[in-house]
Amino acid sequence: MFTGASNLADGVDKAFLFIFIIAFIFIIGISAFMIWTLIHFSRKKGKAPMQFSGSMKLEVVWTVIPTILVLLMFWIGWKGFAPMRRVPPDAMRVTAIGRMWEWEFVYQDSMRSKELVLPINKPVKLDLVSEDINHSLFIPAFRVKEDVIPGYDNWLWFTPNYIGDYEILCTEYCGLLHSAMIAKTRIVEQEEFDKWLADLRTASFIPDPEGLVLLRGTGCLACHSLDGAKLVGPSFRGFYGSQRIVTSGNTQKTITADDEYLISSIYNPDEQIVEGYSRGLMQSYRGLLNESDISIIAEYLKTLNGENQ
Amino acid sequence: MSISGSETQVSYLEYQGKHKGIWSWLLSTDHKRIGLLYLYAIIIFFFVAAFLGLLMRIELIAPGRTIMEPQTYNGLFTIHGIIMIFVIVIPGLAAVFGNFFLPILIGARDVAFPKLNLFSWYLYMIGAILGVLSQFIGGGAPDTGWTFYVPYSVESSTNVIYALTAAFILGFSSILTGLNFIVTIHRMRAPGMGWMRMPLFPWALYATAWIQVLATPIVGITLLMVIAERVLNIGFFDPALGGDPVLFQHLFWIYSHPAVYIMILPAMGIVTEIFPTFSQKPVFGYGAIVLSSLAIAFVGYFVWGHHMFTSGMSYNARWFFSFLTFIVAVPSAIKVFNWISTMYGGSIDLKPPLLYAISFIFLFMIGGFTGLVLGSLATNVQTHDTAFVMAHFHYIIFGGMGFAFFAAIHYWAPKMFGRMYNFRLAYIAWGFNFIGFNMLYFPLFIVGLQGMPRRAYDYLPQFQSGHVLSTIGSFILFAGLLLMVYNLIRGARKGAVAPANPWKGVTLEWKIPSPPPHENFDDLPEITSKPYLFGNISDNK
Repeated sequence: MFTGASNLADGVDKAFLFIFIIAFIFIIGISAFMIWTLIHFSRKKGKAPMQFSGSMKLEVVWTVIPTILVLLMFWIGWKGFAPMRRVPPDAMRVTAIGRMWEWEFVYQDSMRSKELVLPINKPVKLDLVSEDINHSLFIPAFRVKEDVIPGYDNWLWFTPNYIGDYEILCTEYCGLLHSAMIAKTRIVEQEEFDKWLADLRTASFIPDPEGLVLLRGTGCLACHSLDGAKLVGPSFRGFYGSQRIVTSGNTQKTITADDEYLISSIYNPDEQIVEGYSRGLMQSYRGLLNESDISIIAEYLKTLNGENQ
Repeated sequence: MSISGSETQVSYLEYQGKHKGIWSWLLSTDHKRIGLLYLYAIIIFFFVAAFLGLLMRIELIAPGRTIMEPQTYNGLFTIHGIIMIFVIVIPGLAAVFGNFFLPILIGARDVAFPKLNLFSWYLYMIGAILGVLSQFIGGGAPDTGWTFYVPYSVESSTNVIYALTAAFILGFSSILTGLNFIVTIHRMRAPGMGWMRMPLFPWALYATAWIQVLATPIVGITLLMVIAERVLNIGFFDPALGGDPVLFQHLFWIYSHPAVYIMILPAMGIVTEIFPTFSQKPVFGYGAIVLSSLAIAFVGYFVWGHHMFTSGMSYNARWFFSFLTFIVAVPSAIKVFNWISTMYGGSIDLKPPLLYAISFIFLFMIGGFTGLVLGSLATNVQTHDTAFVMAHFHYIIFGGMGFAFFAAIHYWAPKMFGRMYNFRLAYIAWGFNFIGFNMLYFPLFIVGLQGMPRRAYDYLPQFQSGHVLSTIGSFILFAGLLLMVYNLIRGARKGAVAPANPWKGVTLEWKIPSPPPHENFDDLPEITSKPYLFGNISDNK
């Protein structure tokens, strides 16, 4: 674990330390006393049991002391938490979008990135937007977490203290690939950040191919990668026109991935399953994509076959 | 086999009523037989769900795919949660030991509504079987987690409706049992048994029963709202239809947090019975234990928000729920101090029931203190919805309620079956259970602090060492559980005949034969003093 990777980490870690120390003392102390009692008052020693049945004084003592201790814990936890809800007015704003099952970060309302790149020592506020169901954005090293809920304007903020790469995880269960909903946050020097942002701006001016926009908007890319990575479904890279072994019913056959196969796979996904993948994971997109959409997608997929994509 | 030579009645196990054979059980309105029906059902469902847990542990021994696909894993933890929470932990202690011993402990011949009691068992079985069936029929095993959070539970194409209906039906079983117990405790205490002469397990059941009756309907209607949203497209929770997804979380936890106390209060009640008996000493701080039970039941209604600290509640709601959460910790601490003081100065006999009861205190303390970590706002941010939460609630629910259940069965089995289990095997099984349990769940605290999310099929490589330990622990625990159950079943069938009072207890169940006669008491006992007075017994030990 990192320490103090963000401005908020110290307050959290102080609370951890305080509660853990008290917990440790009590658990060890009470257990030791319990074991001592078992041995000292063992029946084998043959002493007659005492018959007292209470003490007002003791009851007051062990009501008041734990009350004071838990109030202290509450207070130190509150103190560590309060700054998380007081965002500085000059904080840089980035929109973090959660969707099944990926994160996307939008800079200045227009530039999109899969990676959260941030300048060091500058407060940043993440506005959390869900495009489908509940997620939760968690950066363990920074000690920040807030749920990403459709219809809610949730947010969190922090100031990163060190250069480095940190994981972003999803902690609200969100279905099939919940555990794979991981992104990276990269903390860099201000100059490097400015350069990165400029590059991102340039890239954003080239409009995306229409087929890619359709794939992204329909959520296809959560399960089918563009870069050849094996996700839930086969990758789109090198897909169009290739020979595929598919299982249809109980028989296997080899087909060519053409327009006809694409249409069949989108409308009746379970009918022909590519070898090595599972049935029942994809819903039919009939009604969401019409045939002319699919031919636009097919055109785009063809461009993914060459080396110079 | 009955030792009740001088009694006028046969034992409840031999009693022949209107019905014969299996029907004399399935149609019995005897609270003791119904208690056993629950016990047998719970043992079966427990092993089903525990086995599913074991499969998940095998999957998690290494990152990436080990033995199953993610969809299978998501279905497994959902049904594991649904069975464990709704079928075992919530009804468990009250339905088995509450049914069997509540009437005896307060000196009654049965519960107030014996037929309703049997009806509750049937509802329970319908709900439980429907829950298990949801795994195998229709559109695939539900994959929402036992919390059914919207919008996913509305959108998932799996059998969510079956699981929701199962939980709904189980809720009604719970409400009816609670109602039955409240009326029984109010109306059927033996002559002379004033409220402050009632043993503490019935007190715990009383506090529990009020939660069951008042809180369960809320989750019932909430689950129906999800079904309505799925089937009729009514926008209670979906923002696209004008609903509010966080509203669901509020409604769900308004029940499901008090449900934690439905589980733990009877567990506390059971160990409160065990400590005096094996120390031969009155319970320490009877009044404090009664008050703390009621305080837990009452304050427990107002802390549900701590399940939602990161859901976007207002700042004020967050700190206020955190504050109340810390307050509700105090009565639990008071109980721990009173239990230990009950043993202090006694004549302690470390028999298996006491060993389990002491383990309960130890595990419950770890669960309690890690609960404070989760209740504190700053540390909650780091631990919320991580493996830390999972470890915490397994310490409370399994280490607390589960070990209390094991304590109870070792305490009362000789009474229930009239026969004694083997002590040596019981100690060995305890060793496996205790070591396996800690090895299974303790590493998950560390993994959670490192940041691993809960309900995760796959994880980053840096989390692996904890998971390997945890999986090894799960096998040890499972072996211990099998050994324990084997020993108990063998004891109940072929063990040495147990005397009426093997532990020298002083509550009413030890004053009637083992196993108890059909009507419990020939003449209702007359109560003339406080419970837990050992004076007479310890003199002639």
